[in-house]
Amino acid sequence: MPAKRIIPCLDVRDGRVVKGTNFVNLRDAGNAVELASRYSDEGADELVFLDITATVEKRKTLIDLVKDVARAVSIPFTVGGGISEVADIEALLAAGADKVSLNSAIVKRPELITEAAYRFGSQAVVAAIDVNLEAAQYVVYVSGGRVKTEKEGFLWCREVESLGAGEILLTAMHRDGTRAGFDTELLERLSREVTIPVIASGGAGNMRHFLEVFDEGRADAALAAGLFHFGELGIKELKNYLIEKGIEVRP
Amino acid sequence: MTGIIDYGAGNTASVSYALEKLGVDLIISSSVEELERCDSIILPGVGSARAAMDNLRARGLTEFIKTTGKPFLGICLGMQLLAESSEEGETECLGIVKGSCTSFDKTVSKVPLMGWNRVEVTVSDPIFDGIEPGSYFYFAHSFKLPVITETIAKSDNSGTYTAALRKGNMWGVQFHPEKSSDQGLRLLKNFIEKGGAA
Repeated sequence: MPAKRIIPCLDVRDGRVVKGTNFVNLRDAGNAVELASRYSDEGADELVFLDITATVEKRKTLIDLVKDVARAVSIPFTVGGGISEVADIEALLAAGADKVSLNSAIVKRPELITEAAYRFGSQAVVAAIDVNLEAAQYVVYVSGGRVKTEKEGFLWCREVESLGAGEILLTAMHRDGTRAGFDTELLERLSREVTIPVIASGGAGNMRHFLEVFDEGRADAALAAGLFHFGELGIKELKNYLIEKGIEVRP
Repeated sequence: MTGIIDYGAGNTASVSYALEKLGVDLIISSSVEELERCDSIILPGVGSARAAMDNLRARGLTEFIKTTGKPFLGICLGMQLLAESSEEGETECLGIVKGSCTSFDKTVSKVPLMGWNRVEVTVSDPIFDGIEPGSYFYFAHSFKLPVITETIAKSDNSGTYTAALRKGNMWGVQFHPEKSSDQGLRLLKNFIEKGGAA
């Protein structure tokens, strides 16, 4: 069995890392390539970059960033944010990204998953799904959490798996930025519904939350952003804690 | 000079960045003539076995791979293609080693296997020089090659499978050394520096 993965997530805008609460109130958290190198040195297992740049220069900036990151680190990384076509995916993978994460575009056009998986393999296709807990239902949102859809979370997760996604990056919006812990109930249920790996996101506040998400939540990987960026939790410290608690992680 | 085979199915960018970090001269090429001028050859690979074999045949590269006496390293799918066949698309592969690739069992493990898995070296080999026993390497695959005669390292995912193999001048690794941090770079360095003499 592979080790459980710790994944820092870098929300990037114009090459800088930013972090907000519930997708708003953004704070600057540093240079993307420098942070990536630091996390790689500290033992991060992977990195995720979500591009939230909203300009026409976007694509070129992102490709340059991917090249810089690929030159700087030797661990896998995923790039997401506004990817809507196979040509975008091809350019990002050719620049050195290992995987792309697809979110709004696959809700609009689910076949994109199948097309991408056929061209680049399922291992390169991460379905990013944002859900919000509303009246005991997990409702899928798109456009960075701003637009509500008709989709139910578990059904959509099963659908992306059957279309050929290689992983699910599941963000619990109702926990994002709250530091109240991952939604382990949601994750545990999902682990029984799909057989592709699941990356848990939203709510990490301390080391115990990571133990819970692997133990009770049965997640394959856990993602966090602000907690790592502002130096509150070191990745080495976190991994030592998990090893001590009997969770297999790469030391 | 190291030649990275470009056959439209590879993660040539990641492998070339890793070699650049090691200060290794490289070309990315699908031309047999150009590859013949290289000292060592790397066959990267992502995507499906069938598409990869079709692409190798279309570029006239299968004979080159089968007959090259140069140090050769197949990565991920590039290793699986050295086997006789793959269940993935019922594909006939290069047949350089005996054995067939089969899918991981979805009922007992997550598929694809994504992440860092422990690698146990079973036959001492120069490509693992300086790498601590039981080190973790990065894997991303849905199909696996069982442990065969040529296996030199194995990993476990509800059953053992080949993590690395060697037959003469040919090596194959199921994991991605170019994405496996310092140990991965060390393995590539060992292959480049010691592959010819080993």
